[in-house]
This record gives sequence, C-alpha cells and structure tokens, in this order.
Amino acid sequence: MDFTLSKKHEMARSLFKEFAENEVKPLAQETDENEQFPEETVKKMAKAGFMGIPVPKEYGGQGCDPLTYVMCVEELSKVCGTTGVIVSAHTSLCIDPIQTYGTEAQKQKYIPDLASGRKLGAFGLTEPGAGTDAQGQQTKAVLDGDEWVINGSKCFITNGKYADVYIVIAVTGVVEKRGRKMKEISAFIVEKGTPGFSFGTKEKKMGIRGSATYELIFEDCRIPKENLLGKQGKGFGIAMHTLDGGRIGIASQALGLAEGALEATIAYVQERKQFGRSIAKFQNTQFQIADMATKVEAAKLLVYKAAMAKATQKVYSVEAAMAKLYAAEVAMEVTTKAVQLHGGYGYIREYDVERMMRDAKITEIYEGTSEVQRMVISGNIIK
Amino acid sequence: MKIVVCVKQVPDTKGGVKFNPDGTLDRGAMLTIMNPDDKAGLEAALRLKDQYGAEVTVLTMGLPKAEEVLREAMAMGADKGILVTDRVLGGADTWATSTTIAGAIRNLDYDLIITGRQAIDGDTAQVGPQISEHLDIPVISYAQDIKIEGDSVIVERQYEDRYHVVKAKMPCLVTALAELNEPRYMTPGGIFDAFEAEITTWGRKNLKDVDDSNLGLNGSPTKIAKASDKVRKGAGEVVTLDPEEAVDYLMGKLKEKHVI
Amino acid sequence: MNIMGLEQYKGVYVFAQQVDNELSGIAFELLGKAKELAKDLDTDVTAVLIGNNVKGLVDELAAFGADKVIVVDDPELEVYRTEPYAHALSSVINEYKPEIVLVGATAIGRDLGPRVSARVATGLTADCTVLEIGDFPLVARPGQEQKHNQLLMTRPAFGGNTIATIACPDNRPQMATVRPGVMQAIDRIEGAKAEVIEYNPGFTPDNKYVEVLEVVKSVVDVVDIMDAKILVSGGRGVGSPENFQILKDLAEVLGGEVSCSRAVVDNGWLPRDLQVGQTGKTVRPQVYFAIGISGAIQHVAGMEESDIIIAINKDETAPIFEVADYGIVGDLNKIVPALTAALKAELN
Repeated sequence: MDFTLSKKHEMARSLFKEFAENEVKPLAQETDENEQFPEETVKKMAKAGFMGIPVPKEYGGQGCDPLTYVMCVEELSKVCGTTGVIVSAHTSLCIDPIQTYGTEAQKQKYIPDLASGRKLGAFGLTEPGAGTDAQGQQTKAVLDGDEWVINGSKCFITNGKYADVYIVIAVTGVVEKRGRKMKEISAFIVEKGTPGFSFGTKEKKMGIRGSATYELIFEDCRIPKENLLGKQGKGFGIAMHTLDGGRIGIASQALGLAEGALEATIAYVQERKQFGRSIAKFQNTQFQIADMATKVEAAKLLVYKAAMAKATQKVYSVEAAMAKLYAAEVAMEVTTKAVQLHGGYGYIREYDVERMMRDAKITEIYEGTSEVQRMVISGNIIK
Repeated sequence: MKIVVCVKQVPDTKGGVKFNPDGTLDRGAMLTIMNPDDKAGLEAALRLKDQYGAEVTVLTMGLPKAEEVLREAMAMGADKGILVTDRVLGGADTWATSTTIAGAIRNLDYDLIITGRQAIDGDTAQVGPQISEHLDIPVISYAQDIKIEGDSVIVERQYEDRYHVVKAKMPCLVTALAELNEPRYMTPGGIFDAFEAEITTWGRKNLKDVDDSNLGLNGSPTKIAKASDKVRKGAGEVVTLDPEEAVDYLMGKLKEKHVI
Repeated sequence: MNIMGLEQYKGVYVFAQQVDNELSGIAFELLGKAKELAKDLDTDVTAVLIGNNVKGLVDELAAFGADKVIVVDDPELEVYRTEPYAHALSSVINEYKPEIVLVGATAIGRDLGPRVSARVATGLTADCTVLEIGDFPLVARPGQEQKHNQLLMTRPAFGGNTIATIACPDNRPQMATVRPGVMQAIDRIEGAKAEVIEYNPGFTPDNKYVEVLEVVKSVVDVVDIMDAKILVSGGRGVGSPENFQILKDLAEVLGGEVSCSRAVVDNGWLPRDLQVGQTGKTVRPQVYFAIGISGAIQHVAGMEESDIIIAINKDETAPIFEVADYGIVGDLNKIVPALTAALKAELN
C-alpha cells in the first residue's frame, strides 16, 4: 500500500494549483457576489484540457485517470466552489454516462466536443416532486415515429442554460415488476436549441452562487429516436450509476472547500494578534486546527480511494457514497470552524471563509443528501 | 522547421525566499521552477509550431533532477527532451556553460535556437549570446516578438527606449523576454504523455567539438572570490504617528538633511 | 585557456556606448570608475567609440576622463547590430590587448559583452555593482599563487538575495558589464583632450549580419528616473492609477519624479520605464520616498543605495521598514497630501 502520489500526479496537481491560483482565485469573490457564471474561466479550462480529463484520447479527452480528475476539482474548489462544480457536473454527469452507455455513434457525435470543452454538459434528473426518489419522475417521453416527444420539467439543474448537451431522465412507460406497476425510466441526450426545450427560473442560492442552476422545461420537445441513451427502461440504473461517479466529483469539491478553508485559517491565526500574541499560540486554536487537519486528511484518503475504485472496479457505489458523505460533512464542519476562528472577520464577505461555508452546505445536499448516502452505505452492508 | 529551446531549472524566488537561521539562503527549502524567460521562449517556439509546424526540442543542462523541467516542457507541447548532465560539467560559469550547451547542440539539426534572456538565479543574460558565438550563428537578444518569413526570422528586438525590427537568416539564436507572451498551461494529458516519453541524457562524451579545458569549474575563466548572502542595510527609525505629527516629523528630517 | 602572456595586457578600456550619435550616460559612469581603477593600476583609461561618423564625440569622452579614444568608424556601424559591433570591439581587444574592458549592462551591452567575451575567450561578469582592484584569492592560501592587481567584480545574484565577488585571474582581458546608475561620472574637465586612435578592422557582411528593417522609438515621453535627485515611488498600496496624483503632487513640489514598484507596472498603472528594482532600474537619488511599497527584496535591490529612504506604509511589518532611514506607519492618503501642503507652505 503506497499513499504517495506518483510524479505525474504531483505534476498534474501543481498544474491545477497554479491554474486555480492564477485564473480562478482572483475571480472567486466577484463570481459569488454577482452570481455570475464564469464563462471566461470555462473557456480557459477548455484550452488547458480540464473539461475532459478522464476521457480517452481517441474521443478528444486527456486520457488521464479518475484520480487526476478528482485532484482538478479539488484544487479548483479550494479557491472557488462554483468553478469546481462546473467541471464536476460536466464531466461526471454528462460525459461519463455517454462514455459508459452511449453507442459508438453517440460517443463520436458528442464526446469530442464535450471533452475539449467546446461544448458544456449537464444532467437533468431532479424534478419538483422527485429528487432523491427517482420513482417520483413526472417528465414523460413518448415515441412518435422516429422521434421521442418529451414533456415535463426538471429543476435545480447545474450548468443549466449554459450547457449545450443535457442528459435527461424521463418516464417512457409502465412495467410490472413482481406484480407492482413501476414506472419505466429511460435516459436521453437533448441538445440546447431543440424546439420545445427552454429554460425557466434561475435559482438564487445560498452558496455556489456563480454556478447556473436552472429549471429545464420540455413542451413537446422532439428529439431523434437515436438520442435514447442506453436501452429503453434502463434509465434508472444509468442515473444511479452516473450519480455514483458524480458523488466522487462532489466529494472532491467538498474536500477542496475544506482544504481551502483550513489553509486560509492557518494563515489567519498566525497573523491575527489578540492579547499581545498571535491566536495560533492559544491551545484552543491549536487543537481546533489539529482536528480540522486530521478530518481533512481522512476525507482526502476516502476521496482518493473512491477515485481509485472508479478506475479499477465496475461498481463503486459504497466507496463513492462514503467519500461524499464524509467529505461533505467535513467540509461543513471545517468551514464553520474556520469562520469561528476568523471571528468577526469570518462573517464578512471580504474573507473567503465566509463564502466557503456557504458553498460547503450544498455538498451535503446535492447528488444525494447525506441521508441518502447513509442509505446507500447501510443498504450495502445490511442486506 | 526544427527549433531547439534551452531551459533552466531555477529556484522560485517569487514564492518567497527562505533563509537559514544564520541568514544564508536555504536553497533546499525553495521550490524549483522553469526559468520564466525560458518558459516564454518555449511558448514562442510552441506558437511557431502551431502556426508553421515545427519540431521542438528542449534542452537543459543541470543535475539529474532538472529532468523535471523537460517533462514540464513536454507537457506543454515540446516534442523531445535532452538532459545534459555530468559531474565534470558542474560549477560552470557562463563561458563553460555556453561551451557545453553549444557542444550538445552541435549534435542536432536546427533552424532556430531560442533561449531565455536571463535566468532569475544568475541574472547574467550571457549564455544565449555566448552559445551563438560558439556556433557561429547570428543572435538577436531581447525578443519581444518572433515571426518566421521564409528562411528568415523577424524579431522585435527591445531596447530601453525603442525597438528594432530585425531580420536574420536561419539558423539563428533568439533570446526571449518574459514579456514576449503568456505561456500556456501544461495539459493533464500532456503530463501523462510526458512521463511516458523517453528523455535523452547526454554526458561529457556526447559533447561535440569541445575541449575539456573549457568545461566545468576548472574550465571557467571567472572564479568566485567571495560569496555571501546579502547583508541588508540596517533599519533606521520607524514611528507610528498621526498624519499631522508625521508631517512635522518628516519636515524636520528633510530640513535636518538639508533636502529643503 | 590563454594562460601565457597575461602581462602583455595593459590599460583600462571602456566601451563608450552611443545611440543616434549621442553618448549614453553609462559611458561617463564607466569612465569615472575606469579612472579609479587605472589609478590603482598605474595605467590609463581608453574609451572605445564605435559607430558611424562619431568622431565628434571624442572631446566629450576626454572631458569625462578618457586619456585615449580608439574610434572605430564605419557605415556598417550606423545602427547597433551585434555582429559588426562585436567584430569591432573584439578586434580592438585583440589588437590593443587591454587588461580590463568595461561595458554597460544596457540592452546593448548585455548583448555585445557576452558575444565579445566568447570571441576573445575570456570571462565576463555581468551586472556588476562594485569594481575594485585587489588580490585573488582574497587571502593567500598555501599551495595557490596569490595574484595581485586583479579586478574584483562584485554583483548581486538570486534576485538580489546573494552577492558574489568574482575574479578572472587566468584570462585577459578581465571583462565586466556594469549596472547603469551605480558608478559615478567625474566632474567634467573643460577643454580636456584625449589621444585619438582611428582603427578599422574591415567589415565584410556574413551570415551573422542581421538586417534592421525598422527602428521604432518609444513614443511616450520618457522621464529617466535614474537621473532624478528625488524620487517619489509608489507601490500596490497606492491603490489605483488615479491615486498616483498625490504622489505626483509631492514629486512636483520637491522637483522630483514619480517611480514605482513592479506590482504597479504589472497592474498596468504606470509604464515599465518607471519601475525600480531587480527587473527595473537601479536608482540612487538623494531622497527616495517608498509609499505603499511593501519592500520585496527585488525592489530593495534597485533602491537601497539611495542616500535617504523614507517609507510610508500602513503595515508595520512591511519589510521596507528594514531598509528605511525614516519609516512612518500610517495612512498614505492622509500623510502624503498633508506633506505636500506643508512643503508648499515652507518653500514659498
């Protein structure tokens, strides 16, 4: 067992760090304050190859492993949670299902543009009445000749409106399973600009405020028959497997936020003086920092382990769920403590930890709440 | 077109200079980077590659660890990397360094050689022009723009208060300024490829047409008589005053020193 | 290496840089230093003047201390180009065998110097700030000959963090490029004459002769901060390009100029030729105001020789206070205008 990074992974990390410091950090505050999607940054990330890291070279990707991708999301999130999730949703929730379930023609058509960042991807599963419970889906797709006709809506969609390609989950019929009527669920690829596909409300959020979160509206939206992703009726499995990968991305985002807050706090406590000495000299500070650092390290090991599991295993639901559950809770705890150690300054927007604490909360909620992660984990242990 | 880019691995002074308790520099504690002027030179070569098609070879002289900058250069898009390393080459001044690098370059086909203007650890700006002298080719220093026209290179050569547009027939050597461009980032895939790629390592025996008496510490005409980490001028008075008091204080000092 | 015959090399030579047939300030600075070195060595000072129709500049060089002037005058030398200039200077060296050759560490000298040193196969020490005559090794060591009357060349390296003294004991000439603004010219000697030697080694264009297609002079009105007696220098702490007005007001009342740190140039607030520091200019005014400048070592390297350094910064831990003669912890936005007003009242 070797816990040291290889030289190439170290170099990749130095690249992500340098990019994050130079290109992302200077805009983080503004991105949050103005709730502004960082389009220019996405273009720069495309140029640097960050939009297709774990995608094979033959599809225009970088041909790297999931660990490299995880470090990218981590380093970006250290300085800006918004930028981290843009890459995560694009890569894990849009490219990955096409790569895994798409036909050769679908891969050829969509992946090179997505992996190079010429196009941005998103994933639409959540509905007002169906978040974590996929059986609550209301959006319907009906086959009409050579076209699927989609009707319904999706909400809280990350990269909404800015994305060009959407993976959309919809009900395509009813099947009987063990005597019970179940919704038959399928997955589709829908392109922006398709008639009948429009965007509704942009959500105003507590954190990751630069990330575009939109409602997707389908009104007799007709897409070609061949845009069915995977087999008809396999949509639920596709969505769940996609979320397993997505959770590793969100776990990386959470890890990055925790690390960013920890770094800022370590610097601050050494600078800030109270009662004539730096607050780093107080045992309370020292012990808080020790706990924060230990938890961040534990989270990192779980996240990296999940990345390795994705590289080597067919199924990695438990690893992904554990990584996300723990990293998200650590992110919330560490950013909260970071604000506390900053005192009054931690509560004002000029200080990054204020934003990081708001950004951290979402990691406990999206792509499966912490409660859902516990269900996934326990469900795999207690059978 | 074949381009050779010379790069150097240097300590990163920007990331904060570290000192030992006795006030000397703690070189081991400092991170190393690709010298900024060299990186701009590499970027210029890669842009020529993008624009006209070219094979870009990066060459460095240094300790075996300097291989890192070659991998970095290849992760940015360079095609080949050559590391010149040998114990007998250590301690070289700019004369011996340029002799060594010229000896390595004589093994290569090239149309254009690009070096950085100067390295941030030595700041001499000598090695580029000296290599050109050893190879008997023209040099254009301080390039702020590089273009290719047929068999010639057209360079904006910077001076203090002007620039010259200079045309030289290739083969030619150009020294690049950090202001020349904004170097691209490596790509993640480029990094993975760079670690798969073979790096050519050359020692003394691979240097062409050079004499041992011109290499390494013994072959260096300049000798260090004394080196020390700089002792800074001592601090004077530092006062914390209200603006009014501060003005009175300064007026007093300016009068005392007969400035006014 | 040419160990033999070192004693044939005599005299201190200076490359007298001219641009557009006008001598550069560095030429006079080098002559000033050369005169000191020549005195220690009991020899004379020769200026090497290279250009086209430049003979008219000879008296000016004499007035600033040249005993002899070697003039290489040729149409090929109209505009600076590395090769004909390198050929001119190296031919002079080979012909007249000087023991010391000083070249300015200018955009010309830092190109010409290395090319020439490689051609005449000697060492070159770059960007020197101190030159003196002494022994090498500095202290006699058993088993090693101690050579006397060596040129000891001191230069900062590592972004100004280290300083090294270098000698060139076994090769001649001993060559150095010298940072502009560091050495001092002598007071002008009216009516001084120098012995003039005209020398032309012949110029035959070859592959190394480049073609200058165009000369584009900087359109901005260049203020040379290196000539200013008083500099009011601003850093990132000034906050905005507009706020530099308060520094300009202070400079104006004192008859000085405004300069700045690298951060200001990087932010695009002021042009690069106003930058002080390792990657900018070295200045040594009578008074240097460092306003809102933290004092990174790269900046300090360019201004620490100033006679009086006055720092104003709100951060009491700013390293600039370690080199300042007078440091004030306070708000520059209040102090600077108030000081300007007080000076106005005092001086009127």
